[in-house]
Amino acid sequence: MSTLAQDTHHDHDHKPTGLKRWFFSTNHKDIGTLYLIFALTMFFVGGGMAMIIRAELFQPGLQFVDPQFYNSMVTIHALVMIFGAVMPAGVGLANWMIPLMIGAPDMALPRMNNMSFWILPFAFALLLSTIFMQGGGPAGGWTMYPPLVLQTGEAFPFLIFAIHFLGISSIMGAINIIATVFNMRAPGMSLMQMPLFVWTWVITSFLLIASLPVLAGAVTMLLTDKYFGTSFFNAAGGGDPVLFQHIFWFFGHPEVYILALPAFGIVSSIIPTFSRKPLFGYASMVYATASIAILSFFVWAHHMFTVGLPIKGELFFMYATMLIAVPTGVKVFNWVATMWKGAMTFETPMLFAIAFVILFTIGGFSGLMLGITPVDFQYHDTYFVVAHFHYVLLTGAVFALMAAVYYWLPKWTGYMYDERLGKIHFWLSTIAANVLFFPQHFLGLAGMPRRIPDYNIQFADFNMISSIGGFAYGLTQLLFVYIVIKCALGGKKSKAKSWEGARGLEWTVPSPAPFHTFETPPKIRKEMLENG
Amino acid sequence: MTNKGTKKTVITLFIVTVLMFGFGYAMVPLYDVFCKITGLNGKTIRVVESEVKEEYKTDRIVKIRFDSNINGDLPWKLKSNVKTMKVHPGKFYEATYVVENLYNGNVTGQAIPSVSPQIASLYFKKAECFCFINQLLKPGEVKEMVVRFEVDKDLPEDVTALTLSYTFFRAKKVAVN
Repeated sequence: MSTLAQDTHHDHDHKPTGLKRWFFSTNHKDIGTLYLIFALTMFFVGGGMAMIIRAELFQPGLQFVDPQFYNSMVTIHALVMIFGAVMPAGVGLANWMIPLMIGAPDMALPRMNNMSFWILPFAFALLLSTIFMQGGGPAGGWTMYPPLVLQTGEAFPFLIFAIHFLGISSIMGAINIIATVFNMRAPGMSLMQMPLFVWTWVITSFLLIASLPVLAGAVTMLLTDKYFGTSFFNAAGGGDPVLFQHIFWFFGHPEVYILALPAFGIVSSIIPTFSRKPLFGYASMVYATASIAILSFFVWAHHMFTVGLPIKGELFFMYATMLIAVPTGVKVFNWVATMWKGAMTFETPMLFAIAFVILFTIGGFSGLMLGITPVDFQYHDTYFVVAHFHYVLLTGAVFALMAAVYYWLPKWTGYMYDERLGKIHFWLSTIAANVLFFPQHFLGLAGMPRRIPDYNIQFADFNMISSIGGFAYGLTQLLFVYIVIKCALGGKKSKAKSWEGARGLEWTVPSPAPFHTFETPPKIRKEMLENG
Repeated sequence: MTNKGTKKTVITLFIVTVLMFGFGYAMVPLYDVFCKITGLNGKTIRVVESEVKEEYKTDRIVKIRFDSNINGDLPWKLKSNVKTMKVHPGKFYEATYVVENLYNGNVTGQAIPSVSPQIASLYFKKAECFCFINQLLKPGEVKEMVVRFEVDKDLPEDVTALTLSYTFFRAKKVAVN
């Protein structure tokens, strides 16, 4: 008992205050908070761009912005949402929760942790500043295909260096997570007892380390092609622009799972809690996640079916893509089986988690359709693709992140959020997101191309519906900010264990989680673990 | 907090990061090899004519279409003198292109060939080609340029026609084709 008292005293002594606390922070909770706030900010920056896109597409013809600016909005929206919103939100959750979940006092490399966060604002300052430059921001699509991207004006080097910084930040974060999980688990917690969220982050980290350096290489080649006379992708010098697409998607496909796997982990924590049953098939979940990750390195060319691949190549990449549906199917089955005959309640995190399972599966199915080579020739570069990846990224990854915020917010703030508002936020978001993206399937099948500010009059109705959904979704997220701020300021006090059915080490520390936790490793009893 | 295990993990992961960066670059030569095997990017093969024995059957005829393009930032005009040609695989032929410099100054260009369908590029052999070197054109100069080629007699039976396409780019450096 006396040690406990001393510990509390110790906490108060060493909590830095003011700006210093945030700029020089090495505390995993503070850095996690910074990451989450940054991600939310970027979510609104990228969301604002999405609103411009949907406003322009509200009616056929050119209304508000010129095509060049529209294209730069499409490009930067993607980069901001992927690298600024979803990835940092995931890393923020990892920072907050992984040490708490494995009984570690902090991340293994706290100073590097600080650095990997503080690179981000600078990287995005570089990227976003391009909007105001002569020639505008990068407008060749986030995939940066040459030779188009090489026509980017002054924004080009800013784009490349922003990508470099983002990559460095993510790789440092990934190294930190792996080092933490492999070396700092509380004694008695084996790898196969870790919560699935931790597992998915370990696997995601390996994906980051294996794929982001390849992207860094690819964009470096673009840079030297433009400024230093190399000809990696320049046909005149013996290069091949298609090579860029191979290198890019060798990164790009694992990147898709970098965004999705942490979401799988989140949902695997939430569904058991509100079903009041342990996760069904824990081990198979771990293996399924690992197989998805490994397979993700062998399917990249399914993004490039139309570049003119040899028929054998197209078949290989088609079958490999289909194969990913198997472990993904295992996961969806396990989530449903976890809910099966559970004593379910439907608090906001659970609602988002269930919506995730259903809507992510829809996105998965449209992905399977796109994976079929012959039909991809029809769907390629149409709104069907846009609908597909927004189902997996918005109603998939972002919904899971929202679920995570609601789920752990009581642990972070010490207060329960407003459940009624949370539910309203959920229903408005879900309806709006479907109004927004479901019609885009039809638009794509009818042949509407992506990344074009204008369209044929036949697409007008569905675009208008989609835009209305878009505005509704955008507005609804303001409610989310209100709910989070309201919860941070006060409300019903949360117990240490915020949810009746919750299990795991993070629920053994008080709410809000004290500045320092698990300075002495916890004695682990089986019933404390999420997956005992 | 940094213990021995952490140090080891970090060093290992850092090495992996560096290796993967290298792998990105390694994909460049790997892709070239892959293309050579599959004929993927339509690059053609260069041969020395005296080393190739002409051997052909007169009953097999393959149609060749000649295509020409100019890349956006090159002020040239390119035209093939014949649109199509009927050839016997295994025999050497010559085709000519005419190129004109529309610019009021010296310009160096580099022609990049491509053969379609891809599979045919593995059997398209050139003994002489204006694409082997950079071409310098004086202001307003018109030049006739020759490509001497053979379609290999082992060209798969189902290929009855192929397209030889040239694109002229402003020369950056000498390309080897």
